[in-house]
Amino acid sequence: MDEERLDRAFTALGDPVRRSIVARLSTGPVTVNDLAEPFDMSKQAVSKHIQVLEQADLVTRSRDAQRRPVHLNPTALEELTAWIDHYRLIHERRFRSLDALLDRIPDTLPTKETPQ
Amino acid sequence: MSTSQTTNPLTVTAPEGLPFIDFEREFDYPVEKVFRAHQDPELFRQWIGAGSDDLDLQVHEFRTGGRYRFVQQGEDGVEYAFNGVYHVVRENEFAIQTFEFEGYRDVVSIESLTFERLEGQDGGRTRLRGHAVYPSMEARDGMVGSGMETGMNAGYTKLDTLLESQP
Repeated sequence: MDEERLDRAFTALGDPVRRSIVARLSTGPVTVNDLAEPFDMSKQAVSKHIQVLEQADLVTRSRDAQRRPVHLNPTALEELTAWIDHYRLIHERRFRSLDALLDRIPDTLPTKETPQ
Repeated sequence: MSTSQTTNPLTVTAPEGLPFIDFEREFDYPVEKVFRAHQDPELFRQWIGAGSDDLDLQVHEFRTGGRYRFVQQGEDGVEYAFNGVYHVVRENEFAIQTFEFEGYRDVVSIESLTFERLEGQDGGRTRLRGHAVYPSMEARDGMVGSGMETGMNAGYTKLDTLLESQP
């Protein structure tokens, strides 16, 4: 994911209403009306939030004029959540290095030196 | 000790709603050796850099009240520095340290490390457990201290755990 898209996605998610919308969409597509229902704001306001999510490529809106359900874009989310894999990767690499090092340390250890 | 073909797995968990990161990893070596590899600067330097050979371990005092600081070069050529104090270190058992990534100053996590002796041949095996507590959800999610190159803004949310919690 390029930097600009990443920025837009994070900005889009930096809002609790939009996060709530995304969470709702994770179980399946939902119409704009149904998405708006739990919030104490106008449908236009909710529609604006959806627009931000759309521009950030996180959701797509069907062109069904009647009901216009909103879908989550799963690929975009996978790219966003790569951070935890990065964390895991760093730690995995460290511990593999540690494994290799432990294999080289002799069994008889000298007495602990006094640190500086 | 024979070289095993399969690596012991690493589990990492970032629970939803709690600013923790937990990990668990076993080693086919006695707890004394694993602890030693954390304590001795010459040994520590060889693995903490995760395979990169440009780690500059400037200070490493793995004892109660000691300090540490190390600097690494990222892929982008930028330097990443980390520092903290060892709040407590108990030989072959336990340590608590602070952790700060100098790119995000004053966002300090507290990490506890447990060294657990497991039964086995040749002195046994070790289970290493880590529990890191971040000062806020944003700090935990922003991965401060992991050395990540991408600038994560404070509004980032942990969608993976959010989505995992959905039925």
